[in-house]
Amino acid sequence: MAWTRQVLRVNLTEGTCIPEPLNMDWANQYLGQRGLATRYLFEEIDPACDALGADNKMIMATGPLTGTMASTGGRYSVITKSPLTGAIACSNSGGFFGAELKNAGWDMIIFEGKSPAPVYLSIENDQARLVSADDLWGKSCWETDEILHARHQDPQMRIAVVGRSAEQGCLYSSVINDMHRAAGRSGVGTVMASKNLKAVTVRGTMGVGNILDPARFMETVAAGKKVLAENAVTGEGLPALGTQVLMNVINEVGAMPTRNMQEVQFEGAHKISGEAMLEPRESDGKPNLTRNGGCFACTIACGRISTIDREHFSVKEKPQYWGNSGGLEYEAAWALGSDTGIDDLDALTYVNFICNEDGMDPISFGATVAAAMELFEVGAINTSHTDGVELKFGNAQALCWAVEQSATGTGFGADLNLGSKRLCEKYGRPELSMTVKGQEFPAYDPRGIQGMGLTYATSNRGACHLRSYTVSSEILGVPEKTDPLESDGKAGLVKAFQDATAAVDSAGLCVFTTFAWTLDDIAPQIDAACDGDWSPERLVEVGERIWQLERDFNLKAGMTGADDTLPDRLLKDAAKSGPAKGKVCELDNMLPEYYQLRGWTADGQLTAETRSKFGLPS
Amino acid sequence: MLKSLNIDPGKCTGCLQCEMACSLENEGVFNTAKSRIKVFTFHEEGRFVPYTCTQCDEAWCMQACPVDAIVINAATGSKDVKNDLCVGCKVCTIACPFGTINYNADSGKVVKCDLCGGDPQCASACPTDAITYVDANATGLDKMRQWAGKTDNAGA
Amino acid sequence: MIYVVVGAGPAGVVAAEQLRKLDPLANIMIIGSEPEPPYSRMAIPYYLTEKIDESGTYLRKADQHYSLRDITIIQQRVTKIDTAMNTVITESGEKYRYDKLLLATGASPSVPPVPGIDLPGVHNCWTLEDAREIVRLARPGASVLLMGAGFIGCIILESLVLRDVKLTVVEMENRMVPRMMNEVSGNMIKRWCEQKGVDVHTSTRADSIESAGGGKLKVNLNGGQSVEADLVITATGVKSNMQFAIDSGLHSDQGILVNSFLQTSNEDVYAAGDVCQGKDFSTGEYTVQAIQPTAVEHAKVAAGNMVRGHRSEHIGNVNMNVLDTLGLVSASFGLWMGAEGGDSSELVNEDAYRYLNLQFKDDVLVGASSLGLTQHVGVLRGLIQSETPLGVWKDRLMKDPMRIMEAYLACSQAQVATA
Repeated sequence: MAWTRQVLRVNLTEGTCIPEPLNMDWANQYLGQRGLATRYLFEEIDPACDALGADNKMIMATGPLTGTMASTGGRYSVITKSPLTGAIACSNSGGFFGAELKNAGWDMIIFEGKSPAPVYLSIENDQARLVSADDLWGKSCWETDEILHARHQDPQMRIAVVGRSAEQGCLYSSVINDMHRAAGRSGVGTVMASKNLKAVTVRGTMGVGNILDPARFMETVAAGKKVLAENAVTGEGLPALGTQVLMNVINEVGAMPTRNMQEVQFEGAHKISGEAMLEPRESDGKPNLTRNGGCFACTIACGRISTIDREHFSVKEKPQYWGNSGGLEYEAAWALGSDTGIDDLDALTYVNFICNEDGMDPISFGATVAAAMELFEVGAINTSHTDGVELKFGNAQALCWAVEQSATGTGFGADLNLGSKRLCEKYGRPELSMTVKGQEFPAYDPRGIQGMGLTYATSNRGACHLRSYTVSSEILGVPEKTDPLESDGKAGLVKAFQDATAAVDSAGLCVFTTFAWTLDDIAPQIDAACDGDWSPERLVEVGERIWQLERDFNLKAGMTGADDTLPDRLLKDAAKSGPAKGKVCELDNMLPEYYQLRGWTADGQLTAETRSKFGLPS
Repeated sequence: MLKSLNIDPGKCTGCLQCEMACSLENEGVFNTAKSRIKVFTFHEEGRFVPYTCTQCDEAWCMQACPVDAIVINAATGSKDVKNDLCVGCKVCTIACPFGTINYNADSGKVVKCDLCGGDPQCASACPTDAITYVDANATGLDKMRQWAGKTDNAGA
Repeated sequence: MIYVVVGAGPAGVVAAEQLRKLDPLANIMIIGSEPEPPYSRMAIPYYLTEKIDESGTYLRKADQHYSLRDITIIQQRVTKIDTAMNTVITESGEKYRYDKLLLATGASPSVPPVPGIDLPGVHNCWTLEDAREIVRLARPGASVLLMGAGFIGCIILESLVLRDVKLTVVEMENRMVPRMMNEVSGNMIKRWCEQKGVDVHTSTRADSIESAGGGKLKVNLNGGQSVEADLVITATGVKSNMQFAIDSGLHSDQGILVNSFLQTSNEDVYAAGDVCQGKDFSTGEYTVQAIQPTAVEHAKVAAGNMVRGHRSEHIGNVNMNVLDTLGLVSASFGLWMGAEGGDSSELVNEDAYRYLNLQFKDDVLVGASSLGLTQHVGVLRGLIQSETPLGVWKDRLMKDPMRIMEAYLACSQAQVATA
């Protein structure tokens, strides 16, 4: 139980919406959401297919705890083959859409084929239908959201949508739900748009009522909430400053990638930090941050709700951006700010709004702009490419121009929409792309936090912090402190984080709980809600099975161990300042041990023994 | 001393734990669509407003009920719907000027907040103390009731 | 003091209770003409569907509710008021003296002037006695013709449909529930009923009823068509029960005339409920609203004014109604047809049977009607009656009336005003 045991299969080519029972054998092996959807995808598509072709499929999946009162239990993921990386993509999002989908009675939606014309999927409980979206194509996510809410006359209806960037083929487009939550990374929105699917609207009023043992579940939920409330990160740091609590911390430890990762500390960090978001601004005396907002069921509530200074150049003539909207999270503030050398908080907030409005991953967008700025500074591109804009580090006007170009795929925006790797290749300087498997880095420099180097190199979806957030251990000391500058022992740490995170994602919970929770806190909640025995040990096993399956997908997609690496800049150019001064990322010291721990060959292939140990499909 | 729900929208993060706790307590299911407390989102303003019955003295719903199906709970002061007596005529739903008693088509009865008999689950579930259950004097209830007074038909 | 209340419906009972609250030592009696304990006509449709038994219709459920409050209930029909002697006189000639008198005698169905309307098999649906007869005659498979698709007609539709009868509805106006719904929403209700298998004729009149033999009736409609029926139910409107009051010299119009203290033309006599032509909040005019909430509020205000030291002015009632027609819930409030020089905002969703119409005067909501909405509809009354200025929300509601709850919270609740 706790699964609805219903899958909605939407064939966009045929225009059909057909329910089918959830494969419970797979649910027992892969839990839900990320893991379970990966199992479906693995079964149903050729990993070597064209990510933007009709043969690729896209799955929106909830977990067994999605829609329950378990803290943060409102999440869903979009699972597909990524057009940015060619690897498996799984982008997780909060907000309210996932819980609504579960409340409508669906564990997941599998989209297959490609619609001949733009459509959106409308779900009201067990009723699902495809509706023409001819009039929505070419509209931003926010415009589409408004039109659909007005059309369906239901303020409680939840919407996931792709913006104009995705329509234009931007390779890092997100699926935006609830206006400013995003299944952000790896171009899952691009896949959605490639299928001519503009949006999914959901209204679910059936509830989640099939908890195995409600009384025990509520006890475990209450215990879990208490742990989160009493923890310094989830009970104080995140509720006060959101993820932006990290800006000053990471800058101080010298792991703040700056100006396309040329440096590891940003002199303007304090101006774009969580603390800065609380400072009253001169014009109207209000701070950037209005308040924190929570996703469904979340008792941490790290989400940022912000306004832009109406006097700021970016919005002075645009009153439509004067209201509150999703504010800067740490990753966005970093990518749009320190990686581009820009310390203008209002500009970053504006760019973040536009990323939400038109569905672009602000990490990949910011990092791609950073790469473009370096290309500009080294002369690989010039003002003839940029409509005369001086695309230099630190130029806030240029960043605002870039986001508008990107949102609509106009002019140089079309180049930016290729992502850092293809952009740098196009202009002959591939070494300037700060990516792994084609995906841009997030906000932790692996020279200053060694474990993150291995995390990035081995992440199944390309450079990503959310596959094993060893920052917890190396910086925050959770669950135990390790030395961020030491690479010894990090292989085991990374593997443990990867497996646990896969399980947390697959349950339908938010990975941020793991600042406070271990699997010992999570397993009892799943166990009380779901059929079967769900011990922490079983979750680790499930997590590792998921990891191995994702890896297998990537290998079948044509990747090899050679793709488990980092750009030379991180491996060869030493950090220039801070505690990590003089350090490079010691990937070579970690990777072989990691392969061994994973049960892989020296060139990164799964052994037969490993396959059979986890019962992987052949 | 009677206690009442004190709602401080300034502390609300919109997480809907209250709605789920309410629906679980009253309907046995996590289903925000069936909650007696509702959180309204003001997106432009960046504000979340939990809203439910204040158990007002005027008790418009109770007065309007043609079959005596709404009664005062002597222990808590709440106005409770007696399910076995409610015929589902909905007169209370138009009489309540706060819109906090609503018809549930599934049951054919009306539903409203009954303070969970004195242990309101929404308050217990709220992670930020946006909803608390405190002495009635300490709440902002007076302010709300002043407004209610404007609706009172029998002007002094 | 001696207070006499004539009428044992909601207005009478609430008034008696209120009198007791304000005057613990007074002598209080209710004189009602029906044999049952005070009951609610609002509940009769649910008695017809067998959702409740007869006792479920009773206004007060507790044993000895009235005796515990020392309220005497007398079953008599009052036929005359001797205002000079402060006395009421009943059919059987008994006299009851009063210091203050409240007339809460309610209303009765009006009988349409149709030849054959007095034939056996033609019934109203007004009293519990009528209801029992309908239950007896409306057997599964029987043909039933309902004259009138107003509030009462619609509210008993469901009970008839559930009884599996073959149902025909005849309504003179061009839509269903013409006093609650405009042409758009009234016809949405018609379509809804037709989908549920009810034969609905609007803009149609029954010209005559005749016996067709075998206990059957034949109803001849204008335009030549005729319908056979085992049972004809008339629900073509109500009129105030006030003939005895008129005969006793009280001033009247559609109902008994009162001032803004609900006092009749005789200073010791008050009126409340369906018999009372009281003040309408929206228009300021005096009309018979004949609705439950108004009856109750009349009763409370009138009772207060009958007791020394509790005088208060009646500021008028918002006319409002809520109706469930075979599961489709409709409601109307105040000036739902619109105000002179006002604006309106309308949302129509024919497929989903959802409708919302808001009527504004300047930036104040003055009326509303809805279909298919059940959540928070009471705020429509709240906004109308509090005359809350909507400010910027007026424009937002003009664009999307469904944001009414947001508008209400933002404008009405000081504690939720944005920081």
